[in-house]
Amino acid sequence: MKILVCISKTPDTTAKIAFTDNNTKFAEAGVQFIINPYDEWYALVRAIELKEADPSSQIHLVNVGNADAEPIIRKALALGGDEAIRVNADSPDSFYIASQIAVVATQGAYDLILTGKETIDYNGASIGGMVAELLDLPYIALATKLDIKDKTATITREIEGGEEVAEVPLPLVVSCQKGVAEQRIPNMRGIMSARTKPLKVVEPVQAEALTGIHQFELPPAKAGVKLVSPDNVAELVRLLHEEAKAI
Amino acid sequence: MSVLIFADQSEGHIKKAALEALCYGAELASLLQTTAAALILGPVAQEDAAVLGKYGISKVLLAGGEAFAHLDGQVFTQAIVQAAAKEDAKVLIFPHNPDGKAIAPRVAARLKAGMVAGAIGLPDITGGGFVVRKNVFSGKAFAHVAILSDIKVISLNPNSFHVKESTGTATVESFQPIVSAPKVKVTAVNKVSGEVPLSEAEIVVSGGRGLKGPENWGLVEDLAHVLGAATACSRPVADAHWRPHHEHVGQTGLTIRPNLYIAIGISGAIQHLAGVNGSKVIVVINKDPEAPFFKAADYGIVGDAFEVVPKFTEAIKQLKAN
Repeated sequence: MKILVCISKTPDTTAKIAFTDNNTKFAEAGVQFIINPYDEWYALVRAIELKEADPSSQIHLVNVGNADAEPIIRKALALGGDEAIRVNADSPDSFYIASQIAVVATQGAYDLILTGKETIDYNGASIGGMVAELLDLPYIALATKLDIKDKTATITREIEGGEEVAEVPLPLVVSCQKGVAEQRIPNMRGIMSARTKPLKVVEPVQAEALTGIHQFELPPAKAGVKLVSPDNVAELVRLLHEEAKAI
Repeated sequence: MSVLIFADQSEGHIKKAALEALCYGAELASLLQTTAAALILGPVAQEDAAVLGKYGISKVLLAGGEAFAHLDGQVFTQAIVQAAAKEDAKVLIFPHNPDGKAIAPRVAARLKAGMVAGAIGLPDITGGGFVVRKNVFSGKAFAHVAILSDIKVISLNPNSFHVKESTGTATVESFQPIVSAPKVKVTAVNKVSGEVPLSEAEIVVSGGRGLKGPENWGLVEDLAHVLGAATACSRPVADAHWRPHHEHVGQTGLTIRPNLYIAIGISGAIQHLAGVNGSKVIVVINKDPEAPFFKAADYGIVGDAFEVVPKFTEAIKQLKAN
């Protein structure tokens, strides 16, 4: 089985979020970048588990990004990717990114294309669905469980207030979230071998960016917490009812 | 032209997140001086479709029947694209819920439409632009995103737009799109019965490690019960299997924006806050006065949850009784 895992570079989950250039750019100075957690913990690790069950499988990684994404691509190779493709482009818009991935996916003829459920920076949750449509493949979003047997995937996905189980023939695209796999840490052997694994750089194809970010904005600071004595819980109820009008 | 809203249904009922999308679409249509049409795919009764007029919808395309009983993204996309062509829709609105996330990006790619996923407000259309505000960095910031294409797709974050009801009845038109055979075969649907779905809940009561063990969750459940709230938990609690994973809110779990979020025994790590800081009012109950959550809270009690929460529950019962 050939698996393609889409990985994105995002700021670390604890990174301070700030903007520069009149609030039009994310302030990258001093920020540590990581593999988008959903891409790493769930999509990539599930691909590795599927390969462990069927060692003839191959795991390819694709990233649409600049050269500064290479450290996180190497980390994904250290975890267990076999080879990686970096599409050398800025990533301004999800349709643009999906168009690049669709080209890579077509050339590689993959059985399974995995993404995280969303990135933790732009929270678009859109790449998987767009890639699937461009390739005319089925797409299951928000998978919490994924098994493959005889060219058919059995997938559990999140729905409001529960879950739905479906069978879908390969090839297909799946976006993964918690439940699909358990987070792993790369071992020394993986880190050493990652250095020599192929990381191909390809130039982007012509594609349109259909959206553009005008400006960022930080949420207003909270006015400060109103503390209520633990012996006067009724006062909290009064505040919630009369002041906040929340109950 | 028109605005077309995908009215996501479950077992014949239009979902709450879809009602919000309908109101959003209707208001956007009036901003654009046009009309709002809704598309229902699945077994919704004719009279229930006409009710969407209450939310400002003038016309409903209804494609009932078994073909749309379960979600198949390809089949649904074909139907939506045909409806958009029929209604000459220039803006398509989806709820940013599990089904919306599965379909909206497909439709956007098919129509080469720029998409804003998880919008939290109406577009700014001054000066001929079309700029939509959305959450980014997992709730830690907002972005104003311009859609540059002729056709536009917006998915609306749940709990971000008020549902307003007025009078009015929509015309219902039977719609028969030409679609391919589904590839997705749904074999089971498991719903947590009786409880409020977390993503739709107006009030959420959430517990953390401070509750010491799953046997103490009665505290959370009792409080949630009197408030008609959904229950949630922090990541360590889900990881320890005290509570099911679908209750985990935070950066790597569910992002929610209820009107009221009550956090009990949760310290408020930055990753947890990312999932809940869109909540309108936050109440924190924690015995550690240094817990970072107090900085993000509107109201707080520094105290032992095992003493405070039962009193809180009792006080709310009294309020509700009056």
